[in-house]
Amino acid sequence: MESTQQTESKIIELKPFTDEMVVNMGPQHPSTHGVLRLELRLDGEIVREAIPHIGYLHRCFEKHSENLSYPQIIPFTDRMDYVAAMNQNWGFCLAVEKLLEMDETKDFAVPERAEYLRVLICELNRIASHLLSFGTYGMDIGAFTPFLYAFRDRERLLLLFEKICGARLTYNYIRIGGVSEIIPMEPGSIDEQNYLDEIESFLDYFEPKIDEYNDLLTSNSIFSERTMGVAVMPAEMAISYGATGPNLRGSGVDWDLRRDEPYSIYDRFDFDVPVAKDIPELGAVLGDCWSRYKVRMDEMKESVKIVRQILAEGLPDGPVMADLKAVRPPKGEIYYRSEAPRGELGFYIVSDGTPKPVRVKGRSPCFSALSALQELSRGLMVADIIAIIGSIDIVMGEVDR
Amino acid sequence: MKSEEIYDVLVDKFGEAILGIDTELEGDPSIQIAPTSISDVCQFLADTDTLAFDSLMCLSGVDLGVKEEVLSIVYHLHSIKHHHYVVLKASVPKTDAHLPTVSHIWKTADWHERETYDLYGILFEGHTDLRRILLPDDWEGYPLRKDYQEPDFYRGMRVPY
Repeated sequence: MESTQQTESKIIELKPFTDEMVVNMGPQHPSTHGVLRLELRLDGEIVREAIPHIGYLHRCFEKHSENLSYPQIIPFTDRMDYVAAMNQNWGFCLAVEKLLEMDETKDFAVPERAEYLRVLICELNRIASHLLSFGTYGMDIGAFTPFLYAFRDRERLLLLFEKICGARLTYNYIRIGGVSEIIPMEPGSIDEQNYLDEIESFLDYFEPKIDEYNDLLTSNSIFSERTMGVAVMPAEMAISYGATGPNLRGSGVDWDLRRDEPYSIYDRFDFDVPVAKDIPELGAVLGDCWSRYKVRMDEMKESVKIVRQILAEGLPDGPVMADLKAVRPPKGEIYYRSEAPRGELGFYIVSDGTPKPVRVKGRSPCFSALSALQELSRGLMVADIIAIIGSIDIVMGEVDR
Repeated sequence: MKSEEIYDVLVDKFGEAILGIDTELEGDPSIQIAPTSISDVCQFLADTDTLAFDSLMCLSGVDLGVKEEVLSIVYHLHSIKHHHYVVLKASVPKTDAHLPTVSHIWKTADWHERETYDLYGILFEGHTDLRRILLPDDWEGYPLRKDYQEPDFYRGMRVPY
């Protein structure tokens, strides 16, 4: 008799009702990678809804562009994704060059030497961008050491960029029709040899470091616990949300513009496209945070491979700039996309035949990827939100433009 | 499939809702769609197996000038399955800019439509959460319209500098 009473009094309510609590995360929060504000609707630790509020870094890129000539827009693209500014310059220049090619009366081609320099610099920039992503992701999750390692190596890359264009972050290096010659590097000169040697010594130093990073963070059990199986994005969902680049490949879709729709001279190089897959023995699920992160780590190796091929071939002789009197595309429009470190960067340009565009739309990969956050985070814990944001690798400058 | 073939398929299916194909302008040919049927056309493009446009790469509003009476909405579609492209365009009058949403077909359209609404003032009917995205909620006017005049003050702060 007494024992039944005891058991009855021990019955606890399994689903106690708690009031919904609204918490603002950001805009000034170290792990939101800039100024992202999330309106979290919480039931205890569980996220019922995470609503992103963006626009804190909106600098009217599209409105500015309508009032500037084409070459003047390039420095504005630097400020979109400032972590991979070379790739942003290139994306915009590629679109304008496609527009210029439509004019049959003019003979226009980007010189070989410029194409090699572009691929060389942009692949190094991709490494720098993924290094930052890797370092800050570790820091978001609670590991400070990888951040210092990543920034130590990224610093060497920034010095290399500084040597070729004078700037560390916003380069304005790739121009319409070629690359900037602000720091002259004569073909075959001692300067060029020194520069290429320096890149080679960096690669020799850096390549074994990737394995060290994998030991340090990728296979770390605390990190794995936090990221494996968290926020799984199936392939259809990734495509529907317009996730591209490592986020799409992290969901198992084998798609890379550099290989599937080669622009510039990417068809001359031999490289693999890392695609995530289920790894049951580790606990990684296809499309989870860890998969997206791992694709980036593997991509660094592929970038090293591409740069090594360029170094082995050497830079071709010739000018670095096409013979362009003025940039005045014909009346027409173009949507052109390229593979930036964060995904497909597209530019939609409408030209009316004047030196200024009528419309420039930057289709930013982070903007699309971030829109999936609301659905991804539903029902997870607050701490997982940090893991998701880091894994989709956003740069707010590009989201807000 | 080429844009011209897709155009023929669409004309067979939708008839008068497909207004024409623009091959004169330099660049990718674009198919002009009546704004009221844009959602049906997109649904058809996404669901038909031979077309399978699974990804909306870009959705942009365009204002060609102060003298123009219409705003255009441009849809750049891509099929990862078949690897082909198509560009759709719809034009709506500036004074009464509205057309059906496609955000139920491609989820990425949700934010792209919000952005287009924010900067051009185009209303997407059926969008579940159509509010400003890049600009503050109380901003007045639609900045990417060519006749936009920036306000002198915003919350007591001087805007032109």
